[in-house]
Amino acid sequence: MSVEMQDIQLIFMMPEILVAVMAMALLLLSAWTHKGGSGVVHWMTAMTIIAVILVIRVGEGSGSTFGGQFVTDAVSRYMKVLICLGMVLPIIMSRDYIRTHDMDGGEYHVVAMFAMLGGMIMASSGGFVILYLGLELMSLSFYVLAAWRRDSGLSGEAGLKYFVLGSVASGLLLYGISMIYGAVGATGFKEVAAFLATPDGHGSQLAALGVVLILVGMGFKVAAAPFHMWAPDVYQGAPTPVTAFMSVMPKIAAFAALFRILFDVFAPVHAQWGPMVQLLAILSMGVGAFAGLVQTNLKRLLAYSSIGHVGYILIGLVANTPEGMQGVMVYLTIYLFMTVGVFGIMVAFDRQGLGEEISDYQGAAHKQPLMAFVMAMFMFSMAGIPPLAGFVGKLSIFMAAVKAGMVPLAVAGVLFSAVSAFYYLKVVKVMYFDPPVGESKMFFSGGGLLVVTLSFILICVWGVLPGDLMAWTESSVKAWH
Amino acid sequence: MAMSLNHYLVLGALLFTIGVVGIFLNRRNVILIMMSIELILLAVNINFVAFSRFMNHVDGQIITFFVLTVAAAEAAIGLAILVAFFRNRSTIDVEEIDSMKG
Repeated sequence: MSVEMQDIQLIFMMPEILVAVMAMALLLLSAWTHKGGSGVVHWMTAMTIIAVILVIRVGEGSGSTFGGQFVTDAVSRYMKVLICLGMVLPIIMSRDYIRTHDMDGGEYHVVAMFAMLGGMIMASSGGFVILYLGLELMSLSFYVLAAWRRDSGLSGEAGLKYFVLGSVASGLLLYGISMIYGAVGATGFKEVAAFLATPDGHGSQLAALGVVLILVGMGFKVAAAPFHMWAPDVYQGAPTPVTAFMSVMPKIAAFAALFRILFDVFAPVHAQWGPMVQLLAILSMGVGAFAGLVQTNLKRLLAYSSIGHVGYILIGLVANTPEGMQGVMVYLTIYLFMTVGVFGIMVAFDRQGLGEEISDYQGAAHKQPLMAFVMAMFMFSMAGIPPLAGFVGKLSIFMAAVKAGMVPLAVAGVLFSAVSAFYYLKVVKVMYFDPPVGESKMFFSGGGLLVVTLSFILICVWGVLPGDLMAWTESSVKAWH
Repeated sequence: MAMSLNHYLVLGALLFTIGVVGIFLNRRNVILIMMSIELILLAVNINFVAFSRFMNHVDGQIITFFVLTVAAAEAAIGLAILVAFFRNRSTIDVEEIDSMKG
């Protein structure tokens, strides 16, 4: 037996190594300093992640290591930057919330960093096993984060529900992976893709079952209907910064993984997954548009809104073209800032125990005119009303669908987004046309103000001048393969 | 009778089905749900080992170790969340976990 040269190039996974090492170092730091050092842990987490974003931006080209199990390229780097932003912005804005709700032992930041690490590994996965491990690292961290407020029964219930349904989803995904392994004899993306391209692989029922189960598992993770039932409860029960975090980051990570799974690995069997993803897209848009109409809790409303957004994003995957992929990336970027902005405002209301019910915003236009205006702009953007960024996101997805010859799907998307505009506008109506009730004050921490302002500016600027965003995503997509 | 690959796959599929049915039909106890989740992961392990054995290919058995590790972490976290839940609500009845609806 000869000893082979191992294919290990750690340079490709520098960002992940940095996150893992810093997370463990901060865990030690918080154990030594206890509460007194929580501010240090907080800002060090923020700075670490900003440093990681810079490290990711420095990387160029594409490459793989660990026998092709770990892949990095322009698209995965773009998605990783989004994943980092999706974590660092909620952390920066929630310093106050963490302190007032007794979440500042330091472990909160560490678990959040591990969730982010799992997401980054998913975005870079080059095989089904590493995909599963990244997914589990992310999911297990999120179950804990959702249940973090031990004083609140709702938080525990959210964690428990997320845990049970998330574990079932992981089980389905894993069962699918075992089927793929049985059909192919390997779990690396390259080997599976090569097998599926042969006539044998085309007709393999084992592999087809694997494809279906893996899609179902990923559908659970992005909360696409009909696998969305956990989302509203979990979003409502989880602490608000965690909701902000998990309505964005797992979706970005899962879509980054889906790019590789659908466009690379399952590309030869597009006829099998195309209709399925199309069904998921239509059902998600429908559930997001109609179930949101009757909600009175803003977090639940945003849960249904996120289900709807996932529906639109899935259209970009169905299109199965570079434009579709670019549309997904643009939409996710804009969705990230819209969502973080809205949650930033909710967190600012939280010190009075307000902000989670839509009725808390009654007459806000008279009490906090500036906040009401910013909130209204976020709502308009989510509804996809020009000239805000949400419109650009929807436009790029629908244009990709039309170009791919899927006019009915694009029309359905436009109709559903018209329905969902109703509940976004309801929030605006409550703020502007209902009489103010009681006193409410906002407590913006410096970080919260920074995040909301940044999101607001980006939403407005990208609505009018999306050139930078388009150029960046396009160059990433061009470098794919 | 010689055991063929299909025997093992059917066993795996049966365990998997029992696990999934156990989660969705169980109306009593969250602990039963945890056991069902473990059953699902074990079914997957049987699949991996069976494929690995019949294809003369060691990867599947290595994957099994990863799955076992993750299953252990999952059980630990699930029980921890359950304990936190029980301290708040003094019950682990599945039907009582319904304070959020809509």
